[in-house]
Amino acid sequence: MKLLTAVLQEILGLFVDDGRLAIGVLAIVAAVAGLAAMAILPPALIGFALLAALVALLAENIIRRARARR
Amino acid sequence: MTNWTAATSAVSAAFLASLVEVVEAFTIVLAASVVRGWRPALAGAAAALAVLAALVLSLGPLIGRIPLDGLRVGIGFLLLLFGLRWLRKAILRAAGLIPLHDEESAFAEEAEELRGLARFQPSRADFIAGLAAFKAVLLEGVEVVFIVIAVGTGRGLLVPASLGALAACVLVLAVGAVVHRPLSRAPENTLKFLVGVMLSAFGVFWTAEGLGGQWPGADVALPSLAAVFGLVALGLVQAARACAPVAELART
Repeated sequence: MKLLTAVLQEILGLFVDDGRLAIGVLAIVAAVAGLAAMAILPPALIGFALLAALVALLAENIIRRARARR
Repeated sequence: MTNWTAATSAVSAAFLASLVEVVEAFTIVLAASVVRGWRPALAGAAAALAVLAALVLSLGPLIGRIPLDGLRVGIGFLLLLFGLRWLRKAILRAAGLIPLHDEESAFAEEAEELRGLARFQPSRADFIAGLAAFKAVLLEGVEVVFIVIAVGTGRGLLVPASLGALAACVLVLAVGAVVHRPLSRAPENTLKFLVGVMLSAFGVFWTAEGLGGQWPGADVALPSLAAVFGLVALGLVQAARACAPVAELART
């Protein structure tokens, strides 16, 4: 049972390390999906919107971490 | 051109990611074998491979039943979580904000822990060593299976991606068998950096396609996405170094 719990925790850990980053990715994908479903984002821009938002999320996460102990 | 681009990207991502995972698993199996001999270590590793094979055989057919767009969004989302997590860690390590992973110290820690457990429970020492090997191969193997499925499913490239992963296993086992010590000279953070870049690019690509997006040049967009993530990540390493307090960098 302990092994199974450890395995499940490790599997969760594969995807979620920094909770803020994971929630950010989820929010961005949900937002882009919503905008695409409402046809606010044309098909040609869906990928670029996703890319820009994820790059911004990653940059914010890294800079925040780097400044954390200032 | 399009198929070659997707296939090359899938094989490279599966090979590089598997290289990292197999090196980590090899370190633990080697520690178990050094402490208790090859027999329990190989038995544990073989049992884990059997569980992984059962997992692939039971889950594989289910993937074919999921509608392609839903599959792309689901796998793309998981790839984003997985790839950005690796990329974030590799950037922080490259910037000196968190320590690099060290196979030699991982090996020494595992061997010491196993020796300690063997002293307390001598009658179960072989079982404990086998269990350590089993757990390491299973956990790292699950990551390999996920990566192969994730990069291979979207364009029907499961076989090439599997061959990429298999090549990494063969390479690590061949080198490991010769040197018979942890493969600490493998440039692990550089590999993780590259894998993070590639998996993030695949994640954006599949998620956008699953949501109805269209990429200019179709599959040819994949290397361009990887280039964007790579350049951004290199820039973030510099930015993180500039932002971090000097005392913290000096400590790592």
